[in-house]
Order: sequence, then structure tokens, then C-alpha cells
Amino acid sequence: MSEKPIDLLHHWILRQAKEQSAWFEERVNALAEGAPERELHMVMGLAPRLLGKAELALSIEDLSQANGALEGWQPEGLSIDGAARIVALTMYRGERPFAEIFKDLRRTADARELVALYRGLPLYPEPESLAFEVGEGLRSNMLGVFEAITQHNPYPRLHFDEHRWNHMILKALFVNSSLANIVGLDERNNPELARQLLDHVHERWAAGRGISPEVWRCIGPYAVEVGALDEFEKALTGEPREQAAAAGALARNPSPQARSLLAAHPAAAAKIAEHQVEQANISRNEVV
Amino acid sequence: MFIDPHAHMISRTTDDYEAMAAAGIVAVIEPAFWLGQPRTFVGTYVDYLSTIIGFERFRAGQFGIRHYCTVGLNSKEANNEELAEGVMEWLPRFALKEGVVAIGEIGYDEQTPLEDKYFRAQLALAKELQLPVMVHTPHRDKKQGTSRSMDVCEEMGIDPSWVVIDHNNEETVQETLDRGFWAGFSIYPSTKMGTVRMVELLKQYGSERIIVDSACDWGISDPLAVAKTAMLALKNGIPAETVRKVTYANTLEVYGKSGQIQESDWLNPPEIDQRTLYEGNSILRGGREPRIEAPGSRKRDSLIIE
Ligand SMILES: [Zn+2]
Repeated sequence: MSEKPIDLLHHWILRQAKEQSAWFEERVNALAEGAPERELHMVMGLAPRLLGKAELALSIEDLSQANGALEGWQPEGLSIDGAARIVALTMYRGERPFAEIFKDLRRTADARELVALYRGLPLYPEPESLAFEVGEGLRSNMLGVFEAITQHNPYPRLHFDEHRWNHMILKALFVNSSLANIVGLDERNNPELARQLLDHVHERWAAGRGISPEVWRCIGPYAVEVGALDEFEKALTGEPREQAAAAGALARNPSPQARSLLAAHPAAAAKIAEHQVEQANISRNEVV
Repeated sequence: MFIDPHAHMISRTTDDYEAMAAAGIVAVIEPAFWLGQPRTFVGTYVDYLSTIIGFERFRAGQFGIRHYCTVGLNSKEANNEELAEGVMEWLPRFALKEGVVAIGEIGYDEQTPLEDKYFRAQLALAKELQLPVMVHTPHRDKKQGTSRSMDVCEEMGIDPSWVVIDHNNEETVQETLDRGFWAGFSIYPSTKMGTVRMVELLKQYGSERIIVDSACDWGISDPLAVAKTAMLALKNGIPAETVRKVTYANTLEVYGKSGQIQESDWLNPPEIDQRTLYEGNSILRGGREPRIEAPGSRKRDSLIIE
């Protein structure tokens, strides 16, 4: 039996809130029973003041329960006030459509609230109706807000069309946000994205700028299709992390051209294993 | 370490932020004010408030400066009744956001009946929400306007120790301090206070309830005014403890009553903030000594842009 994601989140908050858990429980019940919308605004505003801003303490088991309740949902790094805001909003039973309530909160939100609102995306009712709201978050210049949507969040994999998916990946590269924590990165990969990323590589090289080694992972499966073998060859003789990333990406392309290119660069191929360990730890700003 | 408790950063450049951080400014408070021309839609005002609680806070954090703000309907725009009514409806929603340390800057400009009406309404809101108040005192008919601002605060039952009366000068400071209010001084070229005069005032009045700010905005003003005042004061023999209080500690004490600003925000920031809102400050990490440099001066000498 697996619990609903929102129930798990609710449980984790109460577990951590100690003496304030009664306040939170009472407010959430009131919201679920049709309290007016200004009550929701109050709970959203008071959450950090009453519950604090600590990170939600989650065990390995909690995280695996999260993934069991909703595949790809990774609640690590959520704060207790952020989680409380998500639960309050989800439990609120208002008259208006969910997207309108969300919009109203979003346009008066401080940065911390925005991060919470967007991290809650996979848990809300009527997820499809939030397409416009998600677009506004993706366009934000605040990295934390952008990453609340893109990282550890199964919403993009489930609900983005290809155009939006591809622009999310491109923007992530432009703002030095790691691709490794994007849920569904390989699954949603597509040849149009590979083409756009190849153009991105050309543009960066022409300007004398480095590129994130993570681009090779997305171009790799379509390396032959989009004509990226020359670029791969350059990367295979580049800086060590670039070599490893390019070799790792080519190794997953079964075409004869990819195989022979990789075979011609044994030094790069030897770096693959090392790179796989590293990949989980890539932080932003690491552009070579 | 300095705090600039009155800086309209939304009008300033990234060069200013860099220069402020290099000069040792660790935090700024951005009061909601007008933008040099009146807004004509409620929505633009709402988006402005949303910008100073959100994007500007993020922008400052990229330069290692913690950003706070005050929210309010300023005296100039209080004269547009339709706009004012609309803003007053939205204001309570913004007053409890993270980093909002006061209601302000509010008060009088031309001392009209509408200015009076919305000044009082916002004092009532500050009282209800238990927030400090930042009062903008008028440029014209200043002495009388300053006295009147304090009269109204008292009439509305606000504790003077929760109110900063800003833009003081030699003519207003005595009464402000005597009545128990905090006295802000804006070091702003030509129109408000200068550094040399400020040092004289510190000699005379000491540090009790005195606060120095830059009030830098879209006009000719100086985002390093707090740091410069501190340096000049020290050179002139003002005790270091006095300088620390008027350029740092007093601000923390009065605006700290909101529960939204504390020293640990920059000395020991939560990890979650470091990921989203605050990149850390190289001076606090012990990287180098604070220094005063004209904004962008290092870049100005170089023809290379990479
Ligand atoms: Zn001002």
C-alpha cells in the first residue's frame, strides 16, 4: 500500500513541527473544510514564522517512499515552511479554479514562497491547467525559482511538450544550472534538442567560451543523425572531464560510426567509469 | 561591516552593488517609494512591491549583500485617490512577506488631506501587524512637517521606539530625539545631509537612536555614503563604537523588531538560502579588507570585455 504524496509531505511536517504541529493541523483542517481564501494567505504568510525555515529532515526510507508514491518525486532539500505552504495550498477547497488561486499567490510571492509554490507542482490538482503559471516560473531570472521547477521535480517530464522541454534544457545551460538533477533527462531527450544543443556548442566555441560537459549526454544518442561526429571528436581530445562526458555519451550510441569513433580514442574511453561517479555530483558553475 | 538602511537599489547598477560589497556593506533596506514619476495603475504598483520583495532581493544576494525592504504607499502617490485605494487593498498581503522589516516610507510630501488619510491608515496597519515604521519627512516646510508626522504617530498610539523619522537635519534632530523617535540622516548630495555636517552632528549628539543612510535612488546620490561617513567620522576622532552604532547596530535594533532581520542572516546564513538567495560575502569570509572605490572604476580602465 503506498500513501499519496501529499499525505507523506503532511506527515513529515507534523513529525518535525513539534509544538507547532497543532496549529498547522488546525489550519489545514479549516482550509480543507472551506475556510475563506484570506485564511490561505494567512497560513502561507505565517508558515516560516511559526514553523521555522529548517530543511525537512528526510531519511533514505522517506525518499524511497516518495518515489514509490510518485515516480521521480524527490523531496530532498525542501524546507519545512515550503512543505507547509504546498500542503496548505493543496488542501484548500476554494470556489475558484486552482490555477487562479495559484496565480494570485504567485504574483504577490516573495522569493522563498515562489520556490515553494513551484516545488509543489507535481502534487497539485488540475496540473495541466498550470501551463501558463509554469511558463512564468521558467522565465524567472531567479535561479532558485527556475530550479524549483526543473530539478528533482517530475512535473516537466510528465507535462511539458517538446518545445517547452527543450527550452528548459537550453536555459539551464545558459544559467549554469546542472542537467543531472532534471527528472526524465534521457527519457525526454529528442533529436530536435540534440540539434539545438549542437548549435549551442558551435556558438560557444565561436565565442571562445567553454561548454558544460553535460551537453554531450543529450547529443550522444543522435550524434549521427544531427551530424555531430566531428564535434564529438574534438571533445574526445579536449579537457579531461569533457573527454569523459563525450566518451560516456557515445558509448550509449549503438551505431557503427559512434563505435569506431570511440574505439579511436581509447584514452577518453578509459575515463568513462570515473565520470559516471562524478556525474551525480556535478554542481552548477562547472563549465569547462 | 555596515548596513545601509535606506537605499532604492531597484534604480542602481550592478557596479554599485559590487562597490557597496567591497566597501563593507553587508545589508541594505529598500523602502518602497515612488519611481521619479507617478504610477497610474494599481497593477504597476503591485508589481513594484513584488519586485522589491523578490527579484531585487535575489539580485542583491548575487553580490553578497542581504536585501530587506519596507512596503507602503508613499506620500506623493497618496494624492491619487483611486490608485491609493487600490494599493491599500493589496498592502496587507505584502506586509508579512519574508524580509519586510517595516511599513514605509510613509508620511507627508505637500501635507494634503489625502496624504494625511493614508499616512494614518498605514500607521494603523503597522500597529495591527506589529511592524516598525519608516517615516519620510517632507523637503518643503520640513520642520513643521516633521513635528506633525510625530504628532500623528503619537495620536495613532504608535510607540516612538518603533518609528524611524528619516531625512533629519540640524533643525529637526533635537525634537526627534527628545520625543523618543529614532533619527535617520540621509547622506544625499545637495538636498539632504553631507558627510562633514554629519560628523559634526555625531560629535554633538553621539550615537543614541541615530541612524545614517544613503537614500540613494535614481537621482544624483551615492551608494557608498554610509561607508564614507563612517571613514570620515573615524578620521575625525569619533569613537569606533559610536560609528558602529549609527552605521550598523542601531538599524538592527529598530528594524529587528520585525523579526525579519538579524545578524545571522549574513554571518551564518542557512544553507537553503545559500542555494537560492545569497551567494555569500567575500569580506565576511575574511578575503580582504573593505575599501572604497568608485563603482566600476576597475572596469573603466580596461578596454577588454570578456
Ligand atoms: Zn527614500
